[in-house]
Amino acid sequence: MLPFLFRRILIALPTIVLISIFVFALQKLLPGDPLLVLAGEERDPETLALLREKYRFNDPIWMQYFAWVGNALQGDLGVSLRTNQPVTELMGQKLPVTIQLAVMSMIFALVIGIPAGILSAVKKGTATDYIANLVALSGLSIPNFWLGIMLILLVSVKWQLLPASGYVPLSEDIWQSVRTMLMPSFVLGTALAATLMRHTRSSMLSVMNADYVRTARAKGLAERVVILKHALRNALTPIVTLTALLFGELVAGAVLTEQIFTIPGFGKLIVDAVFNRDYAVVQGVVLVTAAGFIVMNLFADMMYFVLNPRLREQ
Amino acid sequence: MPKQAKPDQQPDGCEDILMSLHDLALRFRGQTNDVIDRISLTVKRGEVLCVVGESGCGKSVTAMALMGLLPTEFAKISSGILGIQATRLDLSKVTMPTAMRGNDIAMIFQEPMTSLNPSFTIGNQIIEAILQHSAGSRTDAQARALHMLQRVGIANPEQRLSEFPHQLSGGMRQRVMIAMALANDPKILIADEPTTALDVTIQAQILDLIRDLSDETGMGTIMITHDLGVVAEIADTVAVMYGGQVVERGAVAEVFNDPQHPYTIGLMSAMPQLDKPGGKLATVPGTVPSVANMPEGCRFRTRCVFATQRCQVRPPLSNTTQGHDVACHYAPIEANLSVAL
Ligand SMILES: Nc1ncnc2c1ncn2[C@@H]1O[C@H](COP(=O)(O)OP(=O)(O)OP(=O)(O)O)[C@@H](O)[C@H]1O
Ligand code: SF4
Ligand SMILES: [Mg+2]
Repeated sequence: MLPFLFRRILIALPTIVLISIFVFALQKLLPGDPLLVLAGEERDPETLALLREKYRFNDPIWMQYFAWVGNALQGDLGVSLRTNQPVTELMGQKLPVTIQLAVMSMIFALVIGIPAGILSAVKKGTATDYIANLVALSGLSIPNFWLGIMLILLVSVKWQLLPASGYVPLSEDIWQSVRTMLMPSFVLGTALAATLMRHTRSSMLSVMNADYVRTARAKGLAERVVILKHALRNALTPIVTLTALLFGELVAGAVLTEQIFTIPGFGKLIVDAVFNRDYAVVQGVVLVTAAGFIVMNLFADMMYFVLNPRLREQ
Repeated sequence: MPKQAKPDQQPDGCEDILMSLHDLALRFRGQTNDVIDRISLTVKRGEVLCVVGESGCGKSVTAMALMGLLPTEFAKISSGILGIQATRLDLSKVTMPTAMRGNDIAMIFQEPMTSLNPSFTIGNQIIEAILQHSAGSRTDAQARALHMLQRVGIANPEQRLSEFPHQLSGGMRQRVMIAMALANDPKILIADEPTTALDVTIQAQILDLIRDLSDETGMGTIMITHDLGVVAEIADTVAVMYGGQVVERGAVAEVFNDPQHPYTIGLMSAMPQLDKPGGKLATVPGTVPSVANMPEGCRFRTRCVFATQRCQVRPPLSNTTQGHDVACHYAPIEANLSVAL
């Protein structure tokens, strides 16, 4: 397993380097001068020159890149052009919010998606199967923002059950924190549940006809054990991998949902940064998100190993 | 090795019949013809019954129907009484209860490479089978599993218990399957082409093992094969199937030396080539009609050189000599031929 892991990391490294170059270059190629934003109304040439000097905008571009990477490696992603706060500090504030949202969404997705997938596979071709597929298809085709707004109107405005927006940190009040996150994570989670359900269904169907499932039945095991032990255990491998990948996507894809529910997470951070041309923040956020994505990929590969006895021992 | 009490081994001293199947008939959904057409079989204590016939004649389907492993949404059983000692099951109404499956009647399959679950250890899978049918503790089950692995001739059984299927060769896996199937002392073992996927030398070892175990324990064995070499090696009795029917059955020496059904005669005349390992039954001229195109009456009549008008009525499976049954209007063929000539 270790050589395998080593190989995967070796592949992951150049990926991160490529992404960092890409992120950096994109910023430089984009129109609009961030310093104009910074300098405000006056546009005093002297101030501008001073700012250029400070942010090394006069250096050759490759030097700017290496300076940025060098600092990044030491955990310094620069300061926000707008608030002068260190980018890492900004991210440190926003990341836990988004991770809480992602974890809660994933719980919704798993708890709904996997049992639904198993059920529709076991009941293939019956009304249960059709209904499950219909719901999943609706889940996939209903846009998150629409579902979010509808939920706010219904649950918050009409029934006044849950807060419509905002965020309470976990450390402050666990119950309130979970309550405020309930609707946004449901919105995000149901979309993923549909994906998970479809994959669980097809994965289950592919193992249900396996010879070892027939053996399990021939042993006289109860159908429940045949399905939940012998079939599911083998069907689960690709699902675990998928879950790890979806989790990475969740963090990256929470932007819209965070906007709707005005949650001060990663999504909001990057949107604000883009609107304000806050280069340092955008670069930092994209880099960290990409790195997180790669780490989740690695994790998915590892899980594949751990779950697969044939691969594990080598 | 504590085991649940099972019904007494000897119900009515007379015949030692362990299992009887009477008039099994079934068809797959959407078909208008029975794929299995009133098959009857009996297996006695310690007997190895070989079921032979060309590919597609319904051997596996029969076995799966017995075990209750045919999903009812695919297959409809219209008749069939299964007797296992004192128990009677009407297969058209009930499938075999899970308490009997793997306990009174066990099954092993053609594909040892894929018949064990790749995600669980050998020990886990055998112990699971034992605990399913006995009230004993896990420790007892583990000891029993160990004993069974020794019994099927697996070296280092302790170590094997904690290994995964992929760590074993095909022959070893089939031994594990046998150990698992026999762990609950079933009265009947159904083996569906258990050696087809294995090397010739391993084939012979597995056949010997099954023969020995059935002699030792007195269990009855239904061995499905399309290899007459296997029949010659292991069978006490043989049932020849054609197109979902049993056309001839009897003691193996009887049927081999004096085949009566034109189909069996065709098979036997092809025997010389079939002596070679892996020889298959494919030398009878013509091809098997599909289920939808099966003729009324004798199903063999589209390929039979002796067929007449009379053959449009199904010939009953009846005695020619004691214990040798044939389903042909003109059996015994030699006698009738000499009359005709
Ligand atoms: N699920 C199914 N639906 C429809 N027809 C089926 C199904 N399973 C099997 N059959 C048909 O039933 C017939 C008997 O098949 P079976 O598998 O019992 O043959 P077999 O004698 O075991 O052959 P082989 O020697 O190749 O294993 C075949 O014609 C096959 O096409
Ligand atoms: S009954 Fe007729 S068709 Fe069938 S095997 Fe006998 S002679 Fe041939
Ligand atoms: Mg078969």
